[in-house]
Amino acid sequence: MSQGNLILREPEYEAFLSILRKLLADASAKVVFLVDKNGTLLASVGDAVGFDTTSLASLAAGNIAATGGLANLIGEKEFSILFHEGERDNMHLSVVAERLILVVVFDRRSSVGLVRLRVRQATARLAAVMAVAVAASDAEQGGVEELTEADIESLFK
Amino acid sequence: MSFINYSSREINCKIVYYGPGLCGKTTNLQFIYKRMNPEARGKMISLATESERTLFFDFLPLSLGEIRGFKTRFHLYTVPGQVFYDASRRLILRGVDGVVFCADSQLTRVDANEESMENLRVNLREQGYDPDRLPLVLQYNKRDLPNVASLAELHALLNRRNVPEYEASATTGIGVFETLKAVIKLVLIDLKRGGRQ
Ligand SMILES: Nc1nc2c(ncn2[C@@H]2O[C@H](COP(=O)(O)OP(=O)(O)OP(=O)(O)O)[C@@H](O)[C@H]2O)c(=O)[nH]1
Ligand SMILES: [Mg+2]
Repeated sequence: MSQGNLILREPEYEAFLSILRKLLADASAKVVFLVDKNGTLLASVGDAVGFDTTSLASLAAGNIAATGGLANLIGEKEFSILFHEGERDNMHLSVVAERLILVVVFDRRSSVGLVRLRVRQATARLAAVMAVAVAASDAEQGGVEELTEADIESLFK
Repeated sequence: MSFINYSSREINCKIVYYGPGLCGKTTNLQFIYKRMNPEARGKMISLATESERTLFFDFLPLSLGEIRGFKTRFHLYTVPGQVFYDASRRLILRGVDGVVFCADSQLTRVDANEESMENLRVNLREQGYDPDRLPLVLQYNKRDLPNVASLAELHALLNRRNVPEYEASATTGIGVFETLKAVIKLVLIDLKRGGRQ
């Protein structure tokens, strides 16, 4: 884990959003989230009202991490796709570009097969955007360089 | 690895509370949750056993206001301290920006503290971190109990790096916010330096 900080800028953020919006429509999904593997929410589209998105992001990351640990125990690298079936809603989680998790929530208006197909298509496009974001982050280390001790102190006033 | 989102102008950092079983990690988060302004904190999630031992992690998101136009968010996690949950501890350390090592001051827990500190160092190294450089704060918890080790003893056993250290009694909240504030400061200073590579 010696990667630097990930810095997400406006153009990449917008690119992520537009891919998520297309996925939402194409897969007839209810909500789509993009989360980093540490559990931070990057972007969401669809009807996310009523969802605690912060908790969701953290648990999705915990879920991928735990099954990844299981995978290692049987000699697999990770389980890159997880599917949870509920009574009403289902959840599809998949790893994108090694560092991100794509979460799709859908009900019976869609199907696992359709979601899986659309996710596969979206994954390649998300990975391309992520590559740009990572390259930009590396060029930009120390993104908040103007931060002073006084700034930090001000948080605790 | 902190995550900086320029479009929503947010800085996200991950802080992990580490330490032996029953030292009071979950109690720290519960106290922070209780005392924090509801607008500044999200829901606390505890993945625990029926006997309230942490099974996978506790999670508490905080948003502490802005610096230089950036909202600052801190995700607090605890690890499960029981020795046999080591695989879970390693997973939770991924992407960590700063660690609070919570020690149990009771004399009977001296060995458990040392083992847990060593375990932290091993697991950090395994994740590609330098355990001598990652932002770290020590908390000597349960100072309210009788039969506790002296500060000098705890310091000698656990604080080889000479990082900031605080006495605490997490059930009543003594030292809890001092510890949190200290680790947040170290994390932000580290971020300013551009993180460790
Ligand atoms: N007297 C006293 N008891 C404490 C203090 N802090 C925690 N405790 C108690 O110690 C017990 C264990 O606390 P937890 O916070 O659950 O411990 P933990 O470190 O999360 O334990 P694991 O989840 O097993 O790793 C609880 O009964 C707490 O009330 C303290 O400062 N003083
Ligand atoms: Mg606990």
